[in-house]
Amino acid sequence: MHRHIISVLLENEAGALSRVAGLFSARGYNIEAMTVAPTHEASVSRMTILTQGSEEIMEQVLKQLNKLVEVIRVHDLSEGPHIERELMLIKVHAVGSDREEVKRLADIFRGRIIDVTDRSYTIELTGTGEKLDAFLHALDPGMVIEVVRSGASAISRGAKSI
Amino acid sequence: MSAPTQTRERTSSSTETEELTGAEIVVRALRDEGVETVFGYPGGAVLYIYDELDKQEAVQHVLVRHEQAAVHAADAYSRSTGKVGVALVTSGPGATNAVTGIATAYMDSIPLVVITGQVPVALIGNDAFQEVDTVGITRPCTKHNFLVRDVNELAQTIKTAFYLAASGRPGPVLIDIPKDVTAKRCRYEYPEKVQLRSYKPTVKGHSGQLRKALQLIANAERPLFYTGGGIILSDSAAELTQLVRRCDAPITNTLMGLGGYPASDRQFLGMLGMHGTYEANMAVQHCDVLVALGARFDDRVTGNLSHFAPHAKIIHVDVDPASISKNVKVDVPVVGDLCSVLREMNELAEEMGIGDGSLERWWAQIEEWRQRDCLHYTQTDTIIKPQYVVQKLFELTAGNAIVTSDVGQHQMWAAQFYGFDRPRRWINSGGLGTMGFGLPAAMGAQMAEPQSTVVCVTGEGSIQMNIQELSTCQQYKLPIKVACLNNGYLGMVRQWQEFFYEERYASSYMDALPDFVKLAEAYGHIGLRAEKPADVEPVIREALRLKDRMVFMDFLVDRTENVYPMVPAGAALSDMILV
Ligand SMILES: Cc1cc2nc3c(=O)[nH]c(=O)nc-3n(C[C@H](O)[C@H](O)[C@H](O)COP(=O)(O)OP(=O)(O)OC[C@H]3O[C@@H](n4cnc5c(N)ncnc54)[C@H](O)[C@@H]3O)c2cc1C
Ligand SMILES: Cc1ncc(C[n+]2csc(CCOP(=O)(O)OP(=O)(O)O)c2C)c(N)n1
Ligand SMILES: [Mg+2]
Repeated sequence: MHRHIISVLLENEAGALSRVAGLFSARGYNIEAMTVAPTHEASVSRMTILTQGSEEIMEQVLKQLNKLVEVIRVHDLSEGPHIERELMLIKVHAVGSDREEVKRLADIFRGRIIDVTDRSYTIELTGTGEKLDAFLHALDPGMVIEVVRSGASAISRGAKSI
Repeated sequence: MSAPTQTRERTSSSTETEELTGAEIVVRALRDEGVETVFGYPGGAVLYIYDELDKQEAVQHVLVRHEQAAVHAADAYSRSTGKVGVALVTSGPGATNAVTGIATAYMDSIPLVVITGQVPVALIGNDAFQEVDTVGITRPCTKHNFLVRDVNELAQTIKTAFYLAASGRPGPVLIDIPKDVTAKRCRYEYPEKVQLRSYKPTVKGHSGQLRKALQLIANAERPLFYTGGGIILSDSAAELTQLVRRCDAPITNTLMGLGGYPASDRQFLGMLGMHGTYEANMAVQHCDVLVALGARFDDRVTGNLSHFAPHAKIIHVDVDPASISKNVKVDVPVVGDLCSVLREMNELAEEMGIGDGSLERWWAQIEEWRQRDCLHYTQTDTIIKPQYVVQKLFELTAGNAIVTSDVGQHQMWAAQFYGFDRPRRWINSGGLGTMGFGLPAAMGAQMAEPQSTVVCVTGEGSIQMNIQELSTCQQYKLPIKVACLNNGYLGMVRQWQEFFYEERYASSYMDALPDFVKLAEAYGHIGLRAEKPADVEPVIREALRLKDRMVFMDFLVDRTENVYPMVPAGAALSDMILV
């Protein structure tokens, strides 16, 4: 079982997303995260899917995705060097001495505080999933009010597109 | 039924750019696509389309009695001709009734275009009268589907649907058309081309891989061809036969592949799999090279995967890359259309001088397995054996009938005892196993081939799942011969209960059966009954003599006969239960 990041270029059409989601649920493939948004070409969306599976299952995942009529291209980014980023917005209790503490922690992780009240901070953090996990672990669980994560986006290294 | 939402004006025929309503476009596009027959059932959302259908004669509409039957009939129309089948149903319950038919076609990769009516665009999502999310419901059982929200997209969508249905790995494509779209007007021009950047099925196989495959075959001591529905779908039976004859190798067919190679030929070992022959299954387990062509290693075929063809290098040709190495890891994968691939293989085989190897020892072994006579049964003069009925049907139709079947034991007996020498003569639901398929399928085949003898081999359980179609057969004077192997049981279920549920026959007994002879008569047909073995031949002869009448033959057969051989689910293919 390995973690895979799959990039899918697909027609930006109603129903395309549910075809991909439906494929994963109908065939029992694992999805840890899935993101989708249009690209620089308005008619094309790009989806990033985080999944796990044996080699045989991954071969089927890629083939089945390719079979969908609206799918233009499928690429397993984990096969080569790539960059992965996820955005997390996190709202934490911040009163008294905690305010300094949270700010320091956010700095260490290169997070930014983007909203402030007298009792809370909202922090923006980007990085790999691992880094976001590490930040969450570093916080006292009692402090966390709300967490939103975007799911991973990823792109290959180098000058070429997928 | 909702009242028409718009009154239509006549188009003046003098206008240069032809403006048509959506409904007119649907009918014109069907015509331009060469469609001659549409199976369907009307309702509010498709009334504009019905109105247009009624105004012309190029496209004939066949009114069924249930939407499931419309789709099965269109499906069998396609299976018997190779053309794309077309069905037309209304929104809501019309669409949901069609789903079983669509799923049946999907599992067997049959090219269909199914047109469903939908509530007007403005009402979609409002729980409107007879609204269901048809594209949502059918997404997992269609090759692709469309909701057409704009009349300007209608013609292009229909063109694309036909192309998708028939190309690559075929399958059903659904077009959902809101009622208001069928009333709106736009300029009509049937597109010449389909533009799909994301869909390009591979046709030609990789030549290097094909050479490698042929080299393996040439060097094999115990080669075996295992071919399936892909041979039928690609119309490549002749090319297959040429290759197999040249190699002098044995061949087995899946249930879906029957007729892809002449059953009467010495090299044919019969069907393989759960109810395959002893010799076919033993050959799979002992071969050293297995050549899989247009077959998808279904679990009914492979039995226990870890024991499947344990000594074989496997070659697999399929147009769908996802079929390859899905269940069984293969050694030489080839993606391509079998028609093109087999032609190239035949050329290469000639060039490489393949076919002079001697397979005598392999054939001696196979003949020994054949001696086991695994399909043997004894017909006494008291109780009719179901196998005997099929054998007699085969003899008396000289093997020339189109045979459709339902699902159950009778289906297996039809597959085992009716020898198909040609493709597109054997029409059954293999992948979904849909009871109720047989009679509407016979209608589709008979519409496609009015001159052919069409026999529907069924059971008293299955036939009751679409019995209402006897009425359609009467309306269109379809001279189908129904052969009901009436064992008074959901026989296939009973067999499993006998073998694997310690003879507890929960709900497999068909009590309160109708008198099928009277039922046939009530629908205006002829009913005949055979109660003892001596009746079988005269009943079939009489039915065949009545060329232009539908005849329902009710054969009261041995109630507890089982289908043999049988590989229990999950066992290795060599672990067969034999007679
Ligand atoms: C009660 C019951 C019992 C059954 N018992 C058996 C049994 O004993 N033995 C048995 O064999 N089956 C049996 N079946 C049927 C079984 O469930 C499967 O439907 C069947 O085995 C599949 O056949 P296939 O492998 O030929 O594939 P199909 O479903 O016919 O698929 C065709 C394959 O060919 C490919 N293809 C299509 N077009 C082309 C082309 N142009 N070029 C190349 N490739 C193409 C497709 O991609 C696909 O992979 C039974 C079914 C029922 C209901
Ligand atoms: C729609 C549907 N429901 C249930 C089944 C499960 N099933 C498979 S075979 C069978 C029995 C069929 O009985 P009959 O038509 O009398 O045929 P027989 O096996 O007796 O020849 C059943 C219930 C099915 N295949 N299809
Ligand atoms: Mg029965």
